[in-house]
Amino acid sequence: MALKGNLRDFSITQLLNLVNLACKTGTLVIEGPGDVAQISFREGKLAYAQLGHHDNTLAGILRRNRKISARQYAILQERAQNMGDKELGLLLINAGYLTQTDIIDSLQQYFIAIVRQLFTWVEGFFHFDTNKFSPSDKIPIRMDLENLIIEGSRQLREWEQLQQEIPSLDMSLKFMDRPGTNIRNVNLSVEEWRVVSYVNPKNTMRQIAQTTKLNELEIRRVVYALLQAGLVEIIRPGNAPVAIQPRAFPTTDKKEQKSLVNRIIDRIRAI
Amino acid sequence: MQTVKIVVTGPFSAGKTEFIRSVSEIDVVSTERKISAEAEKIKESTTVAMDFGRITVDAELVLYLFGTPGQRRFDFMWEILSEGMLGFIVMVDSVRPETFREARSILETFRAYAPTPYVVAANKQDLEDAWDLDDMRVALRLDPNVKFLPCVAHDKESVKKVLLELLYTILAEMESGNKA
Repeated sequence: MALKGNLRDFSITQLLNLVNLACKTGTLVIEGPGDVAQISFREGKLAYAQLGHHDNTLAGILRRNRKISARQYAILQERAQNMGDKELGLLLINAGYLTQTDIIDSLQQYFIAIVRQLFTWVEGFFHFDTNKFSPSDKIPIRMDLENLIIEGSRQLREWEQLQQEIPSLDMSLKFMDRPGTNIRNVNLSVEEWRVVSYVNPKNTMRQIAQTTKLNELEIRRVVYALLQAGLVEIIRPGNAPVAIQPRAFPTTDKKEQKSLVNRIIDRIRAI
Repeated sequence: MQTVKIVVTGPFSAGKTEFIRSVSEIDVVSTERKISAEAEKIKESTTVAMDFGRITVDAELVLYLFGTPGQRRFDFMWEILSEGMLGFIVMVDSVRPETFREARSILETFRAYAPTPYVVAANKQDLEDAWDLDDMRVALRLDPNVKFLPCVAHDKESVKKVLLELLYTILAEMESGNKA
């Protein structure tokens, strides 16, 4: 049976565990909230990872890891445009610019970062393609999955707790009325400031997440910190006042509705 | 015959079934099943779909009390039960702080369904280990305007008081709504 489904039912950590235990070879393709990720495995080990259309060329990865300078990167972009990663890697090693370890370490860090990002995806369709391998011009690595699985499990627990704390993102936030508290005196991260700037009863947490490009885990993480610090509280969108549901009463007549509640009150008092 | 309903919700083992049982004029129609999970064996059985109690108000009006299942895996029942409710009561176990987070979560979930009036009841306040109401209010992150009441679910008078407070809240909301 094909290995496919939704991350809502089968998490990334569970998928990694399955690949690890079954020593699977192939590529896991995940269509996430705004990106597609491809993670290739060889006999249960991580071999390659790619996220959307991010620059995953060896030159780009080495530049991000500060293994080469901006100038070297520009030269490589210009002169080694048609060169595959394997060929470029050999060239850099033979020319004495880098060692094999430098290259493998950089690739490992890059692939791990992608998998870590996937841990924050809570929904998205996935399928495991046993006939698809890492692209032939890319340098595959061979990395055990155990540490990543443990890290993912920790995040899963965090996700479950955060989901319990903030079950619905369709609610809004408002600043707490606490005299003496000045939010400017609180040390907030850039991400937290971005969310704080959109705190308004008119904006739901989902809208804030979309605007600030945070996923469901990230927005919950930020909001939870703000809640714990007593800076914000969760309210209904637009600060809608409490109201009786239209279908709560068998009648629409306001007087009759009031009489009905008073009759229930009298009855309960008499029990 | 006219009917209205109030929903009693809260975490696992908060005392919802007992609350309804204390005031219902019929034996509570319960969907209790034996607990299989070792971790949750703090009582023999638990509600899996709903509890159902009834109070006949007069010849033309009946109040139904619906108790929700406390375990999260039965939460698909919550939205169904909350449809058309007059208001809801969140029961919290005062001696089990480990359930406060779950209580907060249930409260937030119900608040998200509809802006319905509600009160929160701190059950088992007769027990020695019961948390103080002020501390519980902070732990549950309750708005100061939300009624937070001490409760003993097996004591009819205590249950009546909680129900009456919810009804007073509903009445107050209706009156403020009429003014607006």
